[in-house]
Formats: sequence, structure tokens, C-alpha cells
Amino acid sequence: MTLQTMLLVAAALFSVGLYGAISQQVVVMVMMGLELMLNGVILAAAAFWWFLSPTPDGQVLLLVVITAMTVEMAMGFAVATLLHRSRQSDMTDMATDLSR
Amino acid sequence: MLTGIVFWVLAVIAVATGVAVFRVDSMARATYALAASFIAVGLVLLLVDLEFLGVITVLMMTMEMAVMGIYMIMFMGMNPALMPMDMVHGKRPALAVAIGTFVVLAAGALLIPWPTRRGAPAADLVTSLGEAVMESKMLVMMTVSPVLFATIVAALVLALPKGRYDRLGDDLRGTDMRAGKAPR
Amino acid sequence: MTVTEVSVGWVPMAAALLLVVAAAAASLDGALAARSAGQPLGGGLLTPVAETTRLFRQRRRTTAAADLPLQRIGGAGLLTAALLMVAVVPFGRWTVADLTVGIVWFNAMDVLVWAAVWLAGWGPNSAHALVAGYRFLAQALSYELPLMFALTAPAVAAGSLRLGDVVAAQSGLWFVVWMPVAFGVFCVAVAGFSVWGPLGAPASGVFTEASGVDRWLLSTGRYALLTAGAAFGTTAFLGGGHGPLLPAWLWLLVKTAGLLAVLVALRRRLPVVAPERFAAPAWLVALPLVLLQLLFVSVVVVVQA
Repeated sequence: MTLQTMLLVAAALFSVGLYGAISQQVVVMVMMGLELMLNGVILAAAAFWWFLSPTPDGQVLLLVVITAMTVEMAMGFAVATLLHRSRQSDMTDMATDLSR
Repeated sequence: MLTGIVFWVLAVIAVATGVAVFRVDSMARATYALAASFIAVGLVLLLVDLEFLGVITVLMMTMEMAVMGIYMIMFMGMNPALMPMDMVHGKRPALAVAIGTFVVLAAGALLIPWPTRRGAPAADLVTSLGEAVMESKMLVMMTVSPVLFATIVAALVLALPKGRYDRLGDDLRGTDMRAGKAPR
Repeated sequence: MTVTEVSVGWVPMAAALLLVVAAAAASLDGALAARSAGQPLGGGLLTPVAETTRLFRQRRRTTAAADLPLQRIGGAGLLTAALLMVAVVPFGRWTVADLTVGIVWFNAMDVLVWAAVWLAGWGPNSAHALVAGYRFLAQALSYELPLMFALTAPAVAAGSLRLGDVVAAQSGLWFVVWMPVAFGVFCVAVAGFSVWGPLGAPASGVFTEASGVDRWLLSTGRYALLTAGAAFGTTAFLGGGHGPLLPAWLWLLVKTAGLLAVLVALRRRLPVVAPERFAAPAWLVALPLVLLQLLFVSVVVVVQA
């Protein structure tokens, strides 16, 4: 277990998540992709923390990443519920008019 | 040595279940595959002595995925029987972007001359985290708490179809419901 | 009194001890059932043996289009979570895993129960089981937040998340004396994650399609969770191994058995609460109360320091 191997695993998790976030059509599946990307970020942050600078600051950063994840989930669920109720749809392609 | 083996087993589990999220045909399986990926990463955090954050990751993500499973099934209307599904758009470009990202990140991880470790971890990491949160990094936590509170309020406002007046009546005393009238 | 970590070889012994205590709880429940039915107590005491032999010989049925892997994971999950919970509980001077975050670990394991019960309900592809799985999650959302704050109280008082320190901090006064609300909420939550007694409404639904070994795992898992909850409650609130004359490990066992017996006995005394009716009291009454309890504990700790 070295810094490089941990970062490689983190990069793999991040890329798989990115694939999901770009390719999935269902809002909830896009959120799963985002979650997987943040999973990679957590692992990378832990690797940097342990192998480069094991100070409390790094732990606080990880805590913030985990908080960002909860906020993302809560808002994602709320928006998905709203979309579903108003349009009977959960596909991102059917919500493209929201970007206009 | 043992740490290395455990790390590689967990790493393979984390990535394999991560891939499974987008490969399996069942919403329940996809959700719990993601939960397994998070649990594997949480256990890797235990290997680098991040006990609090590792266990917190396991706790939060299991909870989150249990709730996520409900949303997945609610919105996708799938029955428990396995149904083939392939709801993707732009599969090829997405795959290309993902592989490109991995190559760049992996090259960075392997080629950058990382500096050597500075400083040593505190003897009691949990206490040091607690002190950081309550002393030098208190501003971070003071920002995080209103953000979380605002999230709760905003999410409820977005998601709830009815307000408390609908549930409890105009005087908010719930007399309508107690009188046996159906909630509006 | 310091707590030492024992070698891995003792893990089967710890698991066996948990199962024996859980079997004793099942015996007590059987005896109480026999008494309320007007039958001799002796037959009731043998309930765990009779049930085990019956279920091990019973054929394992499966439903059409069941999601077997998830069903099996869910079925084994309850027992696994219970075993992982007791791993951090100090047994007198010994413990299986002396984690610095033992309290958070216990909390994480009780969240694993969410996944396990829901998967056990989802797996069989049966309406009753699935509805019960959903009902359990609704119930879990109600008891989890009060439980988290109830667990925070002993941690704040001891100034540590390590269970050994929590026990050491109770050498003078047991935590239950000055944090009774937290203890009460904790006991309700134990009933919640064991799907037991007043909060056992989803249990029968999840059990609908389970037979043979699967059913044995589910019901053993419930008793094991109840036992693990009692052992943890003893450690966090009832002074752990502290007590006169007897050795610490025996005190822990005696107190755990006592708390467990109370929990088992309450099953037949209290009505079952539907999960949707449990939500309002949990969020509007238990949560504010336990937060006030936490404020009280924090003020006491600050004033003392």
C-alpha cells in the first residue's frame, strides 16, 4: 500500500463514477455516479493525508467532503421528487428545458 | 504485508462493486453495490488510522443507500423481478471521457514526484480532529452547520407537496383531522 | 482498570457467548409465552432447542423470481451486525476490538440493520415482505436520530468515544442516574433495531416467506441484536463491569442478563406501535427531550471541569 496505489484506486473509482454521471439517463442513477466520484475523492484525500501531511487539517477536509455528499444527496432527492411530481418523469433528457 | 493484502482485497471490492452499479439489471442490486463500494472505502480509511472518518463513512453511506434504494424503486417503477435495463445516452463518448480521465489521473499519480511525508499523525487522532473542529478550524464547522440546516429546509420545501396548513387545518390545531375530515 | 485486546482466537468464544445469552433470552420468551397460554413452563424453556431442530430439518422454500443473493445477505445481516456490535463491548478486562471510536462503531452497525431488514424484505419478491421492509425503514428513520443523540451523552460525559473509557468514567456514578432520558431512548431504539416488542410491527412481514435456515438466521439475528443492545446499554449506561465482590466480567454478564430479561418481558406487556404512528412522538417528543438531556450532560461536564 503506497500513495501511488491508493491514488490509482481512487482514480479508478472516480472514472467509473464519471462514466455513470455522464451516461445515465435517470436522475437517481446520475446521483449514484456523482456519489461514486466523491467516493474516489474521499479515498484520494485519505491517501494524501496519510502519506504526505498527517495533520488534523486533512481530517477536517475529509469531513467537509462527506458533508458535501450529504447536501448533494438531500438536494438531489428533493429535485428528483419535484421533477417526478410535476412531469411524471425522472429522465434528465426530459428536463433539458430547465437549462434554457 | 497483511495490510497490503487487505488493502488490495478492499480496493478490488470497491472498484468491482463500483462498476457493478452501472452493470447490474436491478435497482436494488445497483444501490447496494454502491453501498458495498463505500463500505470498502470506509474500511480502507481504517487501514490508514482514520478510525472516526472510516466508521462515519460506513454509517452514513449505508443509511444513505438504504434511503436511496427507496427512491430508485419509487421513481423507476421496477418490480423485484430482475428486468433488463439499459437507460443510457451517449455511451461511447461517456466511456471515452471516463477512460481519458482515468489515464490522466493515473499518469499524475504515478509520474508526479510526490514529496516525502511531513510531520507525524497525532497520538490520538479522534481527539486531534475534535480539537481542530472546535478550535483552529471552528469557522469551517460554523459554515457547515447553516449549510446543512439550509439544505434541510430547502429540500423539504422542494419535496413536500402540501404544507402544514393542509395537514393540520387553517388554525394549525389539527381540529379538521380530529373531527374526522379527510386532510385536504 | 485498563481494557486489553484479546487475540483473534477468542472471537469464536465471544460469538458463542453471544449466542448462548441470546438463546437464554429466547428460552425466557418461550417460558413467558407458555405461562400466558396456561401451559407448563418447562416446555416453553426448551423453545430455542425445539425451534432450532424444527427449522434445521425444514425444507428451504424459495419464491418465484426471488432475488436470492440479496435475500441471503439480508438474512445473515442481522446476526452479523449483532456479532460486530459486541466486538467492541469490553467483557471485564478483555475486549475483542479496542476501537478508539467504539460508540460510533456500534452506531454504524445498527445502521447495517437497516440494509439487512430491507434486503430480507425485498429479496423474496413478495408483497407482504416488501411492505414490511419499507415499514421498517420508516420506523428506523424515526428511532435513529434520537438514538444517535442518546449515544452522544455517555461519550460527552466520558470525554471519549472508546468504550473502555466510558466504563472507567462510571466507577463512581452510573450514567443512567444522571442521563435517564438518554437511557430510555436507547432502550426504545434497541427494541427498534431488533424489530422487537412495541416496535416489532415489521417483523412478521419480513418473516413471511422465510423458512428453514433462513428463518432461523432471522429470528436468531433478532435475539442476538437484542442481546448486543443490552450488552452495549449495560456498558454505556449501567456501569459496565463495575460492582462489588464479583469480577468485572461476571457483573457485565449479570447486568446484561437483567436488562435483556426486562426487554424480553416487556414484549408481552406493551402494545405494538405502527411505524407511521411512531414517527410523530419520535421526532416531536423523544428528539427534543434527548437534546435537552445532552445539554444537561454538557453543562454538567463543563461545570465540573
